[in-house]
Amino acid sequence: MTNPNSRPSGSLRAGPDERGHFGQFGGRYVAETLMPLILELEREYRRAQADPAFQAEFDDLMKHYVGRPSPLYFAERLTDEIGGARIYLKRDELNHTGAHKVNNCIGQILLARRMGKTRIIAETGAGQHGVATATVCARFGLPCTIFMGAEDIRRQQPNVFRMKLLGAEIVSVTAGRGTLKDAMNEALRHWVARVEDTFYIIGTAAGPHPYPELVRDFQSVIGTEARAQILEREGRLPDALIACIGGGSNAIGLFHPFLDDRDVRIIGVEAAGRGLDGDEHAASLAGGKPGVLHGNKTFLLQDGDGQITEGHSISAGLDYPGIGPEHSWLHDIGRVDYMSATDEQALDAFQLLCRTEGIIPALEPAHAIHVVREVAAEMSRDQIIIANLCGRGDKDIFTVADALGVEI
Amino acid sequence: MTDRLSAAFARNRAALVAFVTAGDPSPAHTPAILDALVDAGADVIELGMPFTDPMADGPAIQAGSIRALNAGTTLKRTLRIAGDFRARHPKTPLILMGYLNPVLAYGSAFAADAAKAGVDGCILVDLPPEEHEEVGPAFRDAGLHFIRLATPTTNEARLPTVLNGASGFLYYVSVAGVTGTASAATTDVGDAVARIKAHSDLPVAVGFGIRTPRQAAAIARVADGVVVGSAIVDLIGENPDDPAPAVHAYVQSLSEAIRDAT
Repeated sequence: MTNPNSRPSGSLRAGPDERGHFGQFGGRYVAETLMPLILELEREYRRAQADPAFQAEFDDLMKHYVGRPSPLYFAERLTDEIGGARIYLKRDELNHTGAHKVNNCIGQILLARRMGKTRIIAETGAGQHGVATATVCARFGLPCTIFMGAEDIRRQQPNVFRMKLLGAEIVSVTAGRGTLKDAMNEALRHWVARVEDTFYIIGTAAGPHPYPELVRDFQSVIGTEARAQILEREGRLPDALIACIGGGSNAIGLFHPFLDDRDVRIIGVEAAGRGLDGDEHAASLAGGKPGVLHGNKTFLLQDGDGQITEGHSISAGLDYPGIGPEHSWLHDIGRVDYMSATDEQALDAFQLLCRTEGIIPALEPAHAIHVVREVAAEMSRDQIIIANLCGRGDKDIFTVADALGVEI
Repeated sequence: MTDRLSAAFARNRAALVAFVTAGDPSPAHTPAILDALVDAGADVIELGMPFTDPMADGPAIQAGSIRALNAGTTLKRTLRIAGDFRARHPKTPLILMGYLNPVLAYGSAFAADAAKAGVDGCILVDLPPEEHEEVGPAFRDAGLHFIRLATPTTNEARLPTVLNGASGFLYYVSVAGVTGTASAATTDVGDAVARIKAHSDLPVAVGFGIRTPRQAAAIARVADGVVVGSAIVDLIGENPDDPAPAVHAYVQSLSEAIRDAT
């Protein structure tokens, strides 16, 4: 472990290194069959980064298809209710498809097209990334196969139907416990057999290099916009940023453009499920240790024998036993504080936002809203928090009703 | 370095490399299964280290890993199984195959403990040459062979990277896919083996998708070793109470086919 006091003095935005490492984390831990493809993806990404036409097309789609920039909204009644810092919400739930996931999918499908790939695969847990992937596949006319755990298919029928409407084929994964981790295993297995024609759109800032980097870069549109918006609105940077973390793509997208603004406190919120004391949570940093899974080294929920354990969260989108490697590094060097919210706390925060702002959030950012509530209360009215509202809650109303004991 | 592996590949016929998962269906069953493999003519034993997330494996080996883990198999137990095997079979090479995370979780003593248990080498499926530093030097210091994989996607330009630091033998994965599913055309395999041999003196064993004695014999004509795994693991799954006799009969049929082929 790096000593937090030995925080790097240079830019914190320079990573990863040329081998895809953020400190000891990240890397490329994949089977040899995938290695040449991973290396080719990196070369193509470097070419795309140097190609103004690539960025121009990405920006154009962000504006006209996704609906960016998303508003930075001053949540006045939430601020009054808590009685502390001024709270701004980055409204990525207003994106086309209702979450931040589409930012990344647009970027990756443009890469897939550059590489001449003719079909797309993806994994999904709650179905948000699956819907976003199916959406961009329909938009670009590419066939799409989504791997989804059998248990998640049962829990997320509306999203399964959405994906089918968009033309995607859904593969039900029964291996393991039939959740997100197993869907990702199965997508990787399928990819190994179809490397020639298939592009894998990974949904979070994890996986083998260069995925954590490129997903972060595509999602950084969130933080880049938020930084410009708060400067315009308040004439200064915020005092704190807060975002929820499963794999951590919405969070790294908000955080990354602020990493070198050392006066901005940055807080990531993991899912504490039924509590960090037991095994039923999905807090990889709070309850896991470094290991290797799905192509990268990062904090993982695992037992003493190195076997991966299953996460639990009321939010299917946070229910993953790992976390993006850049978060592991930011945790290690102490730049980002990682806190957590339980299922119950997230449910309370979910209802608070509904009542005070007329916004039904997804259960994922409801975890962030809980921590906003705690942190804002200890700050003064002249201080500013930006929280990422990374998804809307339509998909979660059945889960919430169930948790509140309501039949609908 | 121990020379059990080179001896196994020095015969005037291809070696039969047989894979089973340690602790499948339970740790108590494994010794009898390993004895059956040796008695039936396996030249090299590949002992799988079970992992919850075997991303490069098909349904057969996934199921074997789950059976082993459900029966309480740990990496410590796997090393005990290896050590006991070494005491009974001083000459048959045994290599471990699996994924990196359990090895990392075991800690820095892994390579030395494996060597002490009489293990000859190790294959880590998700440790490409690019991340070799993770455990490679420790393996070398302990005198363990580090066996690398080459695949149909490993092109001419990349082969030297794969071979750099490889020892024992090279495992050619004959199909782009997971274990136990498709099988490759023999002519393609022969071409690939020849391509690798132009770069290396290491013996080349070929695996993935080899199931019948006829397939084993065909591969034996073009490679230095024939790896069979999923078919054996399937038999173990089908005979959970007493898998050894079925495994013995099947492996003997492979071994005879390989001997007749060359």
